[in-house]
Amino acid sequence: MASDNVLLEVKNLKKYFPVRKGILRRVVAHVKAVDDVDLYIKEGETFGLVGESGCGKTTIGRTILRLIEPTAGGVIFRSKRLANSSEQYREVDVTAASPKVMKALRRDMQIIFQDPYSSLNPRMTVGAIVGEPLLVHGVARGSEREDRVRHLLGAVGLKPDHMKRYPHEFSGGQRQRIGIARALALEPQLIVADEPISALDVSIQAQVLNLLEDLQDEFGLTYLFIAHNLSVVKHISDRVAVMYLGRIVELARTEELFDNPKHPYTEALMSAVPVPDPDYSAERIILKGDVPSPVNPPSGCYFHPRCRYAREVCKTETPVYRHLGGEHFVTCHLADSLNLRPVRKG
Amino acid sequence: MAPLIEVRGLKTYFYTDDGVVRAVDGVDFTIEQEKTLGVVGESGCGKSVTALSIMGLIQTPPGKIEAGEILYHRNGNVTELTNLDPKGKEYRSIRGNEIAMIFQEPMTSLNPVYTIGNQIMEAIILHQKVGKKEARKRAVAMLEAVGIPLPRQRIDEYPHQLSGGMRQRAMIAMALSCNPSLLIADEPTTALDVTIEAQVLTLMHDLRKEFKTAMMLITHDLGVIASMADDVVVMYLGKIVEGSTVRNVFHHTKHPYTQGLMSSIPSLATKRHRLVPIEGVVPDPFEVPAGCGFEPRCPQSMGICKRETPPLKEVVPGHRAACWLYE
Repeated sequence: MASDNVLLEVKNLKKYFPVRKGILRRVVAHVKAVDDVDLYIKEGETFGLVGESGCGKTTIGRTILRLIEPTAGGVIFRSKRLANSSEQYREVDVTAASPKVMKALRRDMQIIFQDPYSSLNPRMTVGAIVGEPLLVHGVARGSEREDRVRHLLGAVGLKPDHMKRYPHEFSGGQRQRIGIARALALEPQLIVADEPISALDVSIQAQVLNLLEDLQDEFGLTYLFIAHNLSVVKHISDRVAVMYLGRIVELARTEELFDNPKHPYTEALMSAVPVPDPDYSAERIILKGDVPSPVNPPSGCYFHPRCRYAREVCKTETPVYRHLGGEHFVTCHLADSLNLRPVRKG
Repeated sequence: MAPLIEVRGLKTYFYTDDGVVRAVDGVDFTIEQEKTLGVVGESGCGKSVTALSIMGLIQTPPGKIEAGEILYHRNGNVTELTNLDPKGKEYRSIRGNEIAMIFQEPMTSLNPVYTIGNQIMEAIILHQKVGKKEARKRAVAMLEAVGIPLPRQRIDEYPHQLSGGMRQRAMIAMALSCNPSLLIADEPTTALDVTIEAQVLTLMHDLRKEFKTAMMLITHDLGVIASMADDVVVMYLGKIVEGSTVRNVFHHTKHPYTQGLMSSIPSLATKRHRLVPIEGVVPDPFEVPAGCGFEPRCPQSMGICKRETPPLKEVVPGHRAACWLYE
């Protein structure tokens, strides 16, 4: 399945969080935040991960970076930096890497957080924040480090004299730029962008989206773009995975997913997004009820209680994540027989 | 349609230690009976303060309604809301009864130590002068109307026992329990997931028709506005920059700020293209530009824009804009 230009491969990834109760804090249940997820991300692409709150998208992002230890499964990363002279890249399992290898891998994989207010240390100057990775990894020091920071700030659209200022002096959009400059400092191959624009005002969101696209072209970056906003994910991604209750329900190239959805949840999600056009009259598919609790998910297909196509088999048997051909994957018993509604073009 | 609320020259200022914030700085609009007015704008544009001014919920000090009038039409009479004592009997008989409000975050606007039933019944008993038993019956009926399953059981639950979408439904039930003539909804679905948002929007759309309630819908989401509003006003830095019917504002956009908002959001229904963002940031509220507030970010700025504030006026019949381009 994985072709030559794959940068990262996630195999059977699971992350279960224990639920503890009582004085003895006994484990009474598990939240299956990520439940057997397979995906690969190709070099230079933007891979969108979309889903509603609690679907496990953030947990996947953090497990890939090993900010959270997975319960099971592997994350294979092809590092150029760790390769010796005779290889193109070195395959490393992030989940089993030693602390030394892990530190080296941190230069290859970086993250941009959602909240630009809490992810910057208020007591550090912008120069110190952006320059810290260079110091920690011994990449540059002294005036060379300052030059690098100046260059990085320029790349994200800030001014060199912003170096001496503190985060509180900046607006939300500018702070997000600072976070992006910090992520770029070590020249990573992969950036996990976890809801990078959802805390920003509408007029600022487009600025940051365009910046991310420009930086991708300039530095050849690969993005894992995590978001709940389907319009944004469609805009920026080459391929998109839709998650529901810890599982990928559908994965395809962006145009394919929106023109030819195969999972009823994808269909409902697309039809639920309010379109900014008063004459857009496509009828919304209204899903019944709420997302079930991941502590006690439904039997069979997790989506069946809300699915308008559900049949008997969906209640009893868990559908497998399967390949439909091309780069289209789906987790649905009925995918072959359903004729689902694509996004209507306005 | 007859007007329900007319806001004329409203100015609501806040006097802080750092200076005066002109949160709402001369705003004119009308909400027609049984219609939905959408108010669009980014954080700090004054859209929530406008709503709180109508509700008589501006905390004084630091806030103060400096000028303008809010005319409330009912039963053939006109009441000037800014003349009423916000804590007085008459305002209290209007607030929550004839004009009700729902907020963005249903968890912080519901009281965690009372059951949702108690909170809905409180409004009904206070305003409708009915006994406890009758109030409970009406509360159950309201919970049923907003689509909460098993309303007879859920009425005795506390807010933390409900999901986000259910809490917002409970808020809507409370707001509509006295059959208000105006419902003010401040970002009612912003905190909700998209499939739940679709449920709540559909519910609000249906209930508004059923209860013949006018609505003032405040949001930054142009998609929500397009699918819900009859008329739209766009706010920037405490002023209305554009206002008309929803079709005019989306299809015959006049103001460069509104145009900028439209071109900076990706849409599911259009092909992928590079977004055209609005450059720069919203100015600091203490350092508002001298002329047009949008001038520093405007791609079509001219000499006069720096010096003089453009008035909001009709540029074509039924379509208002505040921009020197249309002089």
